[in-house]
Amino acid sequence: MAPLPYYLALGAVLFAIGVAGVVIRRDIIVILMSIELMLNAVNLTFIAFARFLGSMDGQVIVFFVMTVAAAEAVVGLAIIISAFRHRQTLDPRNMQLLKW
Amino acid sequence: MILFLILAVLSIVFSLLVVFRRNVVHNAMALAATLFLVSILFITLDAPMVGALQVLVYAGAIMVLFLFVIMLLNPAALEPRPAAWSTVGSLASLALLWEMVALFFYRPPFAAPPPVAGNFGGPEALAQSLFTNFVLPFEIASVLLLVAIIGAVALGKKAS
Amino acid sequence: MIIDVGIIAAKAFLVLFMVLNLAGILGWIERKGSALIQDRIGANRASIFGFAGMGLVNTLVADPIKFLFKEDFIPAKGDKLLHTLAPCLALFPALVTFAVIPFGDVLILGDRVINLQVANLNIGILYTFAMASLGVYGIVIGAWASNNKFSLLGGVRGAAQMISYEIAMGLSIMGVLMFYGTLELQEMVRAQGELLWGWLPAWGFFLQPLAFLLFFTAAVAETKRIPFDIPEGESEIVAGYHVEYSGGKFLMFFAGEFAEIVTAAGLVATLFFGGWQVPWLMPDGFHFPWGGTLLLSNLSVTLLQVGAFAFKVIFFCWLQILVRWSLPRFRYDQVMRLGWKMLLPVALINVVVTAVWIILRQGLSSNP
Repeated sequence: MAPLPYYLALGAVLFAIGVAGVVIRRDIIVILMSIELMLNAVNLTFIAFARFLGSMDGQVIVFFVMTVAAAEAVVGLAIIISAFRHRQTLDPRNMQLLKW
Repeated sequence: MILFLILAVLSIVFSLLVVFRRNVVHNAMALAATLFLVSILFITLDAPMVGALQVLVYAGAIMVLFLFVIMLLNPAALEPRPAAWSTVGSLASLALLWEMVALFFYRPPFAAPPPVAGNFGGPEALAQSLFTNFVLPFEIASVLLLVAIIGAVALGKKAS
Repeated sequence: MIIDVGIIAAKAFLVLFMVLNLAGILGWIERKGSALIQDRIGANRASIFGFAGMGLVNTLVADPIKFLFKEDFIPAKGDKLLHTLAPCLALFPALVTFAVIPFGDVLILGDRVINLQVANLNIGILYTFAMASLGVYGIVIGAWASNNKFSLLGGVRGAAQMISYEIAMGLSIMGVLMFYGTLELQEMVRAQGELLWGWLPAWGFFLQPLAFLLFFTAAVAETKRIPFDIPEGESEIVAGYHVEYSGGKFLMFFAGEFAEIVTAAGLVATLFFGGWQVPWLMPDGFHFPWGGTLLLSNLSVTLLQVGAFAFKVIFFCWLQILVRWSLPRFRYDQVMRLGWKMLLPVALINVVVTAVWIILRQGLSSNP
């Protein structure tokens, strides 16, 4: 098992890649996927700390993060589907205004 | 250690593919691969139960949902990629990365991982913690899932 | 250290060898068995030097050669990378799931105790479900990469069906898990060696017959065999999600489907029918309930156990083939209704009733 900073660095790299995805991409589904990537980076950090501190709490928190991420992905995709039906595009710049 | 390096490099490569490929289905598959690799990392970190749940829930169900939605919406055109915005975005996340990695390495060396019980991270340990210490969040999570299901069905229905 | 790795590699090789060979032989059993059921002769033309072997040469030699030499094309607007990746994604989960299924107790060679199971994970059955949930990718990606409306239709239907029946599969074995108290498959099979009321082996089938029916139905639906054949709909949407595949890629889909049959049979045998348990066979020999004993060496006990496991797996493979050639195909809405409105509530009720039964039994036995 690698020393702890390596796992934290990997989590940081994945998180930064996710942030880059949210900032750069113009397709709202890919933005949602980058958010999932960020959540996974956080999960990795939690699990690494859970192992290196010898406590199960980190894994339980990851369990809940996964549940919440599942719920959020489901609702987010439903919103995207109904927004797509109106605007026929997945560009988030067209979804900035509450009323058009 | 070698295993960690291989997994780390592969997961970074796949997550870069997630962000920088143009084809949305490729992005989704790369994300599924990243999630699978991260779950293998979980298993090496003595969290087999959470690793299995990650494959079951995340890579097995959520990503399939993403693929379903992508196929349903069928985004045909590839989006424009203005160069200035991409550069600024990449530089910003690189700066974020530099800060975080610097924080992690300029510290006194962490101690070795403490020896843990044999079934650490196993289903019994996770269930023990989940159903005694975290029972209230567990119930709230189940209500949250119910609300999400109802909300998704309500949002996804065509307006009649 | 090297010997340990070598033993694990040998077990993995042995399991993979047996699964793939059984998948091939199942192809032969399917063709000849269906011919028997339908009162026709079946394939028997290909022969080597006049030896046709009841169609064995045709299925096991001529067909693979034909598949491997066919032209391998990718549809014009199809996605090249995904089209090639999909059969691999379909075959991979079908093969690796067998890693946790135990095919024997322990084999004692000298002073080395070998557990006859490729990987003894403490999450056992969850690993199987995780790999089964990865099986959806092969369908979805295969359908998408073909750039074909029929293919997409079959793929989306197939994915929806697989996801729905995964839930029913997982819930139906909760009762079994509660009774044996463990997720590890080797421990579960060992627990099935105990005797109920002194003479009946505690197999899952006797403890949870309803769960067996639910699980068997859900497993057949997962493997997309008739009667849950909608994704492949041979008479409706040509060949569903693998219509644009030919040659080696189709062979991978095909082999993946048969490997899934073997895996489903292996799971049913392990969870509900005692896996490698022979009734009344203890690690040192037979102990009959009427008092007789027959002591056997460890090697013969192990051979009996592996033989029993093989027999059970082959029996359930044959049962699935029999079901396939006897029943008509369900309509898609019937499939969905069965999964969500019939299997799921019954599985939940099964879990609740089992839980109540276990608590009552514990309460009665611990009452002073």
